[in-house]
Amino acid sequence: MQELIRRAKELLADGTVARVLGWKAGDMPWNPEPAFFENEEELKEFVYDGFCGANLSKMMIEASKLDGKTLVCLKPCDTYSFNQLLSEHRVDREKAYIIGVGCKGKLDIEKIRSMGIRGIRNVEGASLEDAADTLKFETSSGEKTCAYADAMLGRCHVCKGKEHKIYDERIGESKDTKDQERFAEVERIEAMSPQERFAYFQSELSKCIRCNACRNVCPACSCRKCVFDSNKFDSSQKANVDSFEEKMFHIIRAFHVAGRCTDCGECSRVCPQGIPLHLFNRKFIKDIDELYGTYQAGEAVVERSPLTSYTFEDAEPGIVAERG
Amino acid sequence: MYQIAKEKLPELFRKITQTQELYLPVETCGQVNYAPWSEDANVDLDTLKTVKSAKDAFFPQSENLYTCYRDGKKISITPQALQEQPFVVFGMKACDLRGVEVLDKVFLADPVDTFYEARRDHGTIVAMACHEPEDSCFCNVFGIDCAEPKADVAIWTAGEILYWKAQSEKGEALTDLVKDLLAEAADGEEKVEAEKARIHKTVEALPYMQLSLDGWGKDVLEEKFHSPLWEKLYRPCLACGTCTFVCPTCQCYDIKDYDTGHGIQRYRCWDSCMYSDFTMMAHGNNRTSQMQRFRQRFMHKLVYFPANNDGMFSCTGCGRCVEKCPQSLNIVKVIKAFAAQGGKTNE
Repeated sequence: MQELIRRAKELLADGTVARVLGWKAGDMPWNPEPAFFENEEELKEFVYDGFCGANLSKMMIEASKLDGKTLVCLKPCDTYSFNQLLSEHRVDREKAYIIGVGCKGKLDIEKIRSMGIRGIRNVEGASLEDAADTLKFETSSGEKTCAYADAMLGRCHVCKGKEHKIYDERIGESKDTKDQERFAEVERIEAMSPQERFAYFQSELSKCIRCNACRNVCPACSCRKCVFDSNKFDSSQKANVDSFEEKMFHIIRAFHVAGRCTDCGECSRVCPQGIPLHLFNRKFIKDIDELYGTYQAGEAVVERSPLTSYTFEDAEPGIVAERG
Repeated sequence: MYQIAKEKLPELFRKITQTQELYLPVETCGQVNYAPWSEDANVDLDTLKTVKSAKDAFFPQSENLYTCYRDGKKISITPQALQEQPFVVFGMKACDLRGVEVLDKVFLADPVDTFYEARRDHGTIVAMACHEPEDSCFCNVFGIDCAEPKADVAIWTAGEILYWKAQSEKGEALTDLVKDLLAEAADGEEKVEAEKARIHKTVEALPYMQLSLDGWGKDVLEEKFHSPLWEKLYRPCLACGTCTFVCPTCQCYDIKDYDTGHGIQRYRCWDSCMYSDFTMMAHGNNRTSQMQRFRQRFMHKLVYFPANNDGMFSCTGCGRCVEKCPQSLNIVKVIKAFAAQGGKTNE
């Protein structure tokens, strides 16, 4: 982290960048927030550790409209989102100075709390430089520990890898945290009967409070105005009472980001009701892989992707009936 | 003072639901929220904070107001019936009760909101003292004692026993209804006092409980409104509605029509000042930036509401927004940021 701050100061001082987009320490060890820093004084609050899960690439849409370059800290998985936004001409490469920051997996405070670790006053082992695979918590009821991997966000268990797909320079080592099969959860749901599957999503989506956090955090959801925010949309889209409307919101969103979703996992991270929203998107990714060949959105900046190009070999709509 | 063993709660719930609906914290897919009781409901009274507050019991997230039906040239209008059956909300906390007090100020003031009033009239609240207040709690800051819930019935937990005290007429009536399941608690007062003392001790050690509200209230409108701090504070805000929808006091709603094909269903649903179409009017919108929307939420809670309600803040310190904001922004950080600027620290 010190190297990152040193470099940020340097780039601010020599005028390469006008501001830094990173994370600011919170008032608790586990609640840093995304933040812009404009000078050395402000950088005193800069932090980068296991609790900095937020994907900053979408904030570059706004930053691209500002004068001068913005230094943005991107984790390996965030760089996929940035590439995808570049492909869609939503961010300006010339306005970004990308530091690819190392990552050893990001932490989920809810998971930590659910392990009974509460009243956290200090955390050891969350910093990137700390090679320990155990987290040590100083809590109001004494010292507690847990395995780093047990406290990780679900998405880190299916990590896409240590490689930054776009950067100007890199700081910090990364760790491949993948210890689960990416499509295992999707396969489990595919194996359900249609009735079971319906019941599963029905009960998960019944928790939705229509807060739009999943949409607003999603780097693939970058429309200037969302159809669901239209006051001319003749439905009860703003209400959460009707189960059909709830499903409509999530299913339309999943279709809309299909082929563009990089599987960054932010939707599931931010959902206040813990709905595993990434499963919708991951199902589409799996289908695209099977129908059009393996494709990873955001791997590179592309003109055409499987769903926005046409070949004679493309699957016909009838595939839906065949697959059931 | 009465007592009931924890293991007898299902019997108590069964008894109540023989004559009325019962809402209480129920776990569904890993999250605890208020829901109607049923035999197979996974009741969870140990989780301190439900994701959403108990606000829905009196002010549901969505509700119909009336339905219009068109048949040729005739239009018939059916108003939505008001709540007429008694119901019980079980398991609310002292902060949730303050939430209802805040809603009362809004919905029971002239012109009275009849939908809300009917629910308040028919609802009986059984509240629990907070056995284990948590880090994100700061009810104390708003003068709330989480060991002393002022509801129709108050409950304290001591081991496997719950102590039950009726505190109002409605509470007495509910107590009479379930009396067969309650036993006189000879040592009740003593046990409850011990539990309260234990809770107060826990509260003292919590990090946000000593937060200072100096500099907030009804007289600081101009100074706070024009502060340059908001431009910094709002930046990471996603403009989602999480904070407003988990909040026990956020009371703004939108009224919309749903086209049923043969008429319309006029409904209202919670709205969020974080949303871009909030306060959209024929002339446009008077808040055009996210900074203004973000500022509105905190100004409302800490300045405008007290200005209109004898100094009462419309935050209860329940800490749900503190736990749920996707970007880790919250009212505590806002209060601290202003304190740091004003020279007074909250550390």
